[in-house]
Parts: sequence; C-alpha cells; structure tokens
Amino acid sequence: MDLEVVQKEEKLPAIKLTIFQYVIVGVMLVLIFGLWRLQVVGAENYRALAEANRIRKVPILAPRGQIFDREGRLLVDNYPSVSCFLVREQGHDFEPDLPLIARGLHMTVDQIHAILRKYRAAPKYQPLPLKQDITPDEQEFIEAHRDEMPELETVDEQRRLYPKDGFAAHLIGYVGEVSEEMLNDPRYAYYEPGDVVGKSGVEASYDAILRGTDGSRDVLVDSHGREVGKLGTERSKPGQSLRLTIDLDIQRAAENALGDRQGAIVALDPHTGEVLAMVSRPTFDPNAFAVKIGRDEWNKLITDPNHPLLNKAIQAQSPPGSTFKIIMSVAGLQEGVAQNLKVNCQGGAELYGHFYACDRHHGAVDIHNAIPLSCDTYYYNLAARLGIDTIAKYAHGLGIGMKTGIDLPDEITGVMPSTEWKMKTFHEKWYAGEAVSVGIGQGAVAATPIQLARALGGIASGGVLKRPHVVFPDELPAEFRTAMRDSFPGSGDKTMQIDPANWETITDGMAAVTGPGGTAFADHLENIDFAGKTGTAQVVNHSFGALKVSSNVNERANAWFVGMAPRRNPDIVVAVFWQHGGWGNVSAPLAAKVIEAFVDKQRRLNHNLVAEAAEKPVEVGAVWADPAKKDAAGAEDATDAVGTVHTGHFALKPSGNAAAGDQPVQHPKPAVPKPAPVTPAKPEEQQ
Amino acid sequence: MRRFLSFRDFDWTLLGFVLLLSVISVFEIYSATLHTKFVGFYKTQILWLLGGMVAMFALSLVDYHRILDIIHWIYGFCLVSLVAVIVVGTKVLGARRWIKLPGGIHFQPSEWVKLILIFAIAKYFVNLAGKQLSWLDIGKAMAIVGIPMLLVLKQPDLGTALTYSPILLAGLFLGGIDWKKALVLVSCGLLLVGIAFGSGKILKPYQKARLTSFMNPDADPKGSGYQINQSKIAVGDGGVFGRGATKGTQTQGDFLPIPYTDFIFAAFAEEHGFIGAVVVLLIYFLILMRLIQNAQTAADLSGTFLVMGVVAVLIFQIAVNVGMVIGLMPVTGIPLPLMSYGGSSVLFTFLALGMVMNVRMNRFVN
Repeated sequence: MDLEVVQKEEKLPAIKLTIFQYVIVGVMLVLIFGLWRLQVVGAENYRALAEANRIRKVPILAPRGQIFDREGRLLVDNYPSVSCFLVREQGHDFEPDLPLIARGLHMTVDQIHAILRKYRAAPKYQPLPLKQDITPDEQEFIEAHRDEMPELETVDEQRRLYPKDGFAAHLIGYVGEVSEEMLNDPRYAYYEPGDVVGKSGVEASYDAILRGTDGSRDVLVDSHGREVGKLGTERSKPGQSLRLTIDLDIQRAAENALGDRQGAIVALDPHTGEVLAMVSRPTFDPNAFAVKIGRDEWNKLITDPNHPLLNKAIQAQSPPGSTFKIIMSVAGLQEGVAQNLKVNCQGGAELYGHFYACDRHHGAVDIHNAIPLSCDTYYYNLAARLGIDTIAKYAHGLGIGMKTGIDLPDEITGVMPSTEWKMKTFHEKWYAGEAVSVGIGQGAVAATPIQLARALGGIASGGVLKRPHVVFPDELPAEFRTAMRDSFPGSGDKTMQIDPANWETITDGMAAVTGPGGTAFADHLENIDFAGKTGTAQVVNHSFGALKVSSNVNERANAWFVGMAPRRNPDIVVAVFWQHGGWGNVSAPLAAKVIEAFVDKQRRLNHNLVAEAAEKPVEVGAVWADPAKKDAAGAEDATDAVGTVHTGHFALKPSGNAAAGDQPVQHPKPAVPKPAPVTPAKPEEQQ
Repeated sequence: MRRFLSFRDFDWTLLGFVLLLSVISVFEIYSATLHTKFVGFYKTQILWLLGGMVAMFALSLVDYHRILDIIHWIYGFCLVSLVAVIVVGTKVLGARRWIKLPGGIHFQPSEWVKLILIFAIAKYFVNLAGKQLSWLDIGKAMAIVGIPMLLVLKQPDLGTALTYSPILLAGLFLGGIDWKKALVLVSCGLLLVGIAFGSGKILKPYQKARLTSFMNPDADPKGSGYQINQSKIAVGDGGVFGRGATKGTQTQGDFLPIPYTDFIFAAFAEEHGFIGAVVVLLIYFLILMRLIQNAQTAADLSGTFLVMGVVAVLIFQIAVNVGMVIGLMPVTGIPLPLMSYGGSSVLFTFLALGMVMNVRMNRFVN
C-alpha cells in the first residue's frame, strides 16, 4: 500500500490536546454563567418582559356622556362608528395593495401616501389611521380581504352626533384629537396621544364629566400583533351625561330670531343665572369635527372674517351704546344726582368746549323719560356730573369690564374705562371730556352680550347679579363644582344695593321703551310686561352723535337690545347683539320673539293644557344632524318633558280659559328630570 | 497491511450522545414550528438526520488517507463551486449562498467547505510536522483558509466564513507555531477587525448594525437589537425549570426570531429552563471530550489533526451560537451543530463525525 503522503510517526505533545480541553471547559463555564445570569438571576425580570411582550392592552374607548336640555331632551348623542387603520408590522409588503385599498376605501393612492408621509416618524408597530367613520361597504371590503391584506384593521369607536345646522353649536362646542400643547398641560394628564377631547363649549369645560374612563381588554398576541388568546377585560366607564340649563324651545326661538344675522343672542334667568338660550352667528357644523375635519374645511372656518368659531355671546365685545344708559341711570340715581337733573335737549350739549350731538330735539328731559327717549343730551350731562370713576364704580359693581365667570371656555372681559385703567393701559391722564361719550356707552367702554344681559337683568332684579351658568351646579360633584369656580374666575354672584324708588324709576323707564313714544314701541307685546333698552354702538369713529346707518355694511353700527319680562324681578332677560345691524331698535323684535316664546310656554304650562298639546313647540328630532347612517328626522318629541321654570308672572286670568277653571286640575309636576332618566327616542333606535 | 475495518471499533458512545442531541433537536424543532407555517420541519430534519447517518457510515468506510491523497483536487473543485455560487447562485434574503440542483434541492457549498478545509489543513501541517513554522508556512496556511473564506464573505455569509477560522487556528496551534509569531498574528487579527469595523466598507451595514446592537441592544429595540433582546427575554423567561415543552410563550408567540434554526437554543432554554440548557451543554461537553480522546488515540498525526479540526469547528460554533443566544456574542447567523434545523449543517456534522469514526477505526493500523 502506498501511503506516501502522511505516515509520520510523530505524536503531538499531549499538552496541546489538554489545552484544548481546558479551552472547552472554559467556554462551557462562560456559557453556563451566561445562562445563570439570565435564567436564575434575571428570571423574574425577563419573565415580566416576556409577559409584556405577549400581553397587549387593547383600549375599550368609553363613550362620552350625552347632553340634555333642561327638560331632559337629548341634544348630543353618540353613534357607533368604525375606523380603519393600517398595521405595518405584518411581515407583509402592503405597497402593492395600495391601489386596491384606495379603491376599496374610496380614497386615492396619493391620500394614503400622504398619510404614510405624515406618520413617517411614527414607530413601525404603531398602526396608522387610514380612514375614520368608514361606511358599511368599506367595512365589508376590509372583511372580504382579511387574508390577502392583513395590514388593514378596524376599530370600533363612538362618535359624537350633534344637532344639525349648527344648532347651539357654540354653546355645546365640539370634540377633536387632543393636541400637543394640551398633552403638556397637567389638566389633561389623563389623555394620551390620539384621544378625543372636548375642544370648545360645554364639551371642553365639562370634559372631565363627559369623558368616561377607557377600559381595556388584555389579549395575548404573537409578535405580529395577531390575537391568539384573551386574558381579562376591564370594562370602560361611560362618561356621565350632562343636563344643561338651556331650554330647547327658547333656544330654538332664539336661533330662529337671529336667523342668518351676524351676532349673538343670550337669554338668562336672572333669578338663578341659568342660561336659557345662547346663539352665535355665523355658526358651524360641529359634526364636521366629530370625524377628522378636513384641512380645507378647517382653513375656511379659521380664516372666515366673520369668525364662525367664536361664541359671540361671550367672546365678542362692543361698545354697549345706549344700553349703557341703564347703568348710568343706576349710578346717577344712587348718587342722588339724576333725580334733580333736568335738561332741555336741543339736539346736543356743549361740554368741556365740545359739542356732543343728540339725534333728536327731545325738549325737556328728566330721568323718567330719558330712558324711553334714549336722550343723549341727558346722559352727556349726567356723565359730566358723575365723572368717570363714579361711573366705573357702578359699572364694575354690575359686572362690566370683568368676566362673568360663566362655565364656558375663553370668556373675554370687555372694557370699563377709569382713570386708573387709562393710566395702566396707555400711561395717560384721563380727560374729563372723555367721560361724556362713555355716558352714552361709546368711547372705550366695551361689553359682551352676556355681561349686558346680566347687568340689566340684575338691575331689574333689584341689584342681585348671578353667575351665569349652563349646567346646574347642584348636579355636579362638590369638588368638581369648586374646581369649576376656580377654573372660570369672574365676578360671579354679586349684589349691588339699589334703592327701591330708584329701582322702580329705572324699571318703569325700561318698560316705557316698548311703550308709546319709546324707542322700541314697535315691539310692544300685547299682554306681556316687556321692558328693555335699545343700543346703537358705532364701530367706526364717526363724530359722536352722527350715528347714521352707513351704506357700508361693515361700518354700520352694532344694534343692541336687552329686553326682559316682566319689568321687575324678570323671569327672563334677553340680550341681542346684531353686528352691523344698524339702529338698536332693529334688535328689539329679535328679543321680543324670544321673550314671546318664553312667555307663551309659561302660559301653556301654567294652564295645564293636555300635555301633548303643550309640549309640541319644537320637533326634537329635527335638531340633529343626519350623518348618512342616521335618519334622525323621525325622532319623536318627548312627551315626558315638563316645564321647570316658575310660572307665576305670566298667568293670564283664569277666566280666560274655561277648561282650566272647573277641571280637577293636575298640576304638571315641577320635578325636573334628572340627566339620564326617560330620554327621548334616540336616533339609532329609529332604524 | 491494513486490517479489515470493523464496526466493533465504531465509537458507539459518541454516536449515542450525538443521537441523544439529535432527538432533543427534533423535539425542539417540532415545538418551535408548532404554530408557524413551518410546522412539519421536524420530519424533514429526521430525514436529514437519517441521510446524515448514512453519509457518516459511508465516510467512515473510506480510508481518510485516500481522501488526503486527493484533497488538493477536491479543494480546487470546492473553490470552483464557491465561485459558481456567486455567479449562478440563488438569492435568498439578499445573499447568494445556494446552488439550485435538479430535483429542487438547494445546496449550500459553504458548509461543505469546512470539511474540505479540515482535510486540507491537516495535510498541510502534517507535511510540515517537526519543522519550525516560518512566516511563509503560516502565510500559505492562511491562504488555504483565506481564499474560500473571502469567497464566502462575498456571498455574503459572514457567519459561515467565520467558522473557517477555528480550522486555521487549530492547525497553527497544533502545527507548532511559536508564541511570538502567535502574538503578532493575534495583534494583527485584532487590528484587522478594528479596521473592518471602523472603515465601514468591509462590513455590510446590517452586519455593522448587528455588532452595534450587540453592544447596546436597546438602542433600536424594534430594529437590529430586536433579535438579541427577544432571545434574551426568551432564555430568561425559561427560568430554572422552563415553561415546559411547547409552552414557551416567546417561542410559540413568534417573538423569538427563527426559533428552529439559529435561535433554537433560546427556544430550548425557554421551554426547558436552566437545567435543560445545562444538560444540553453537558452533552456537548461529553461529545467534545470524546472527540479529543479519539484524537489522542489516532493512529497517526493526520488523524489527530482531522479530529481536532472537527473539535475546533464544533466548539467555535457552540460558543458563538449559544453566546449569541444569551447575549454574549453578536448576531452572526451561525447554526448550532446538531440542534439547528437545516440539511447542510446536519450533513456537515455527520460527515465530520464519519471522518472521526474513520480515524478511530483506523487507530490500530500499523
């Protein structure tokens, strides 16, 4: 055999193989040490990591609370909705599927690419929202393609269903995705990115009540996020429902009265400060926010010069014009000046070397006819005698120039000038002549509709001013009530002592406004004790007194009217603010309509007519928006709704109604429905 | 001169340990693929194991001296096949490592090259036996291993290429390199690794990412560090006694990457705990010690070299694979011999064992 190659007799030194053995022992020891470290020392830690790996908390979103009017009629509801997400971590290339996905979801491939670009920084495991509120056929498309396109996932959500046509939109507000700044605010610590939060109106200020507590489902997942088992479920707690002080019937009357005019109407119950109606124009559709609002739509809303998102009842200020004369009258009478002031109006007054014009030659004017005639000459003189600081003292006492503390976000303060204010703001001295124009509600003074409604309503109530509110404080948890007061600071409840004689003089003066010769006589309401005051506020600096109705709409004066019924201790006060409406008397009929609706309702209730007949003023169902899936129009009116407002002032003589006289009358229960009890038929139950 | 070879001289003890490990492997592959589309891979593995045993017996009957005689031809053919892979190979996951053979079989030559290199290095150093190794001798040895290594790196397959290096190191060590030259070589090697990592041209980005994530796995837990993190979590989750067969949450939930091949030890460690993992390491230890014993009793120097080549490759793969699984080594894609699923790896291991048997059966020659 030719083993010519490798037949050497040498042996390797044994030590070399021994070294090999030691190396192997060493390697084994290191590996065992490594295993020891992970499996014995770190076992607990890694066990926890392993559990975190495979247990996923799937949030169960809590539906927000419903919102009712004061009589328990549903204003804001939720409807179930489905959103589609793109899950990128499926080990599946979804790029080729995009055209099909786009077709199925009625989108364009470009739109999907835009979403991918927008979230390009998002971690891979985070699903991207493709489309919200998808339709049943889009849902079917996703179901049908589950296997080919595991990247599509659907999530059930509850969305807000608001009244349609922007009904009470500013008051109710809207919800939207929580923003970056909000997340940095400790008040919103509860929220996580992507959550829906109240952004304006009641939705924002009562967010903590309306939002529920999200629950979660613990599911076992594999590394692709596929559900492979279930562990436990923590149920979500739905948000609490909220009963507003708004009366749907009065709100409807105010909405109709304002129509398409720019401005605001706010109606208060001066006894309590409850807001009965609040309307702002132009309005917007909050349902557009319930689903993600489109960029174009949003831009249109925020760039609109008429500020549709602004709640002008609390966020617009204007010189109050002649409505301020009521406050002037309080100051003049309480100071003992107005009683003795008599002027002969010859179309104006010469004061501090200036001529201040009045619109008419009123002749002899004293405090009794100064209010119904709205004589500027009288108030120029009164203002000159009182001086700005005395005027400011009374105006502040009646809440002008400070927030009312209404429980709605972003109320503005308005302006009440004084020597101190001018020094602080402009570092200038106050000139005595400047008080003259303040006397007729012009110049630097500026007020919001809610301030004027409260001030004039408060004066008519003998000087008792209540903090306006849109939710009954008694129905809130005590600590929340306190927190609300702190979050919405303002003048709150205030009392100014007004001498009864002065009170009578002023309230009679306001009643005469709608009487013969008054500035709003045209709006005299038969059988209703309707009092009020007109106001015309210049928006451009015409010389005082030249309050012409300009042909240029935007230079036209703002028309104010603050009306109430009855004249003393009114049950309702209505402030109408019509931007660029012209003369104040054009606003008076708008207020008259609201007051008429209110009084009519009180009378019907007071006479205990058959419930259905009394309770049909507004078709409740008609207030909802109708997203494609909801046909709300057919919703029945609530027949259980019962009047809650005290009715004493508006009773007609019983003899006027035979039926009421001899029937064993059952008075409508004054009991107020609690937020949740028997609710009107919900839209979805109609289907 | 030669005695008739008898299976009585076959190392049945060694084969017993190997089969024990193979059975464990089949069970773990079954468990790790239970809920995946790879379910049934354990059956394929059994077929590979049977094929491997046939190959082992076959190789044990061919006198290893015959192979050593013609090893230069085989070596040449092996280089050609590696070039062929680069030119006509099938691309899988971005790397050309496979040649598609008729009948749908994919053939990965780089695994077999290990066996050929063990022979080539054995022959080379036996020829130099008793001689002080010069730099030229060392250079030639490095070229023998280095050329196929570079070709495999080109595929690119860093893991397999690295498994060639223990063959060279073992050869140099047993071939009698003096400690000064060894020191110079080690320093050069370290320098080279440093340059490779620093320049950014030699290593592919994913290879570099694997190394960085090995040093700091949390830097990108959903990216490169994912595998290391998931592997450590799976191993740690096993604890002392393990989750139980087919009950490993990380293995079954598909969190552990490729739990039937490169990370099979993590799957096993999760389901059978520290005790199970140490038992497996113990079996490896016994196999390696048994191999070294066979090296000692080899009839000639070339037999010793061959067996020690196998030992070097095995301990290297065990150290690197288990080290990776428990987070002590970077991710390299080196399979765990006798455990990981895969035909090429099984065939290499059994052929290597056949060679060891061959050496053992020839120990009484002369």
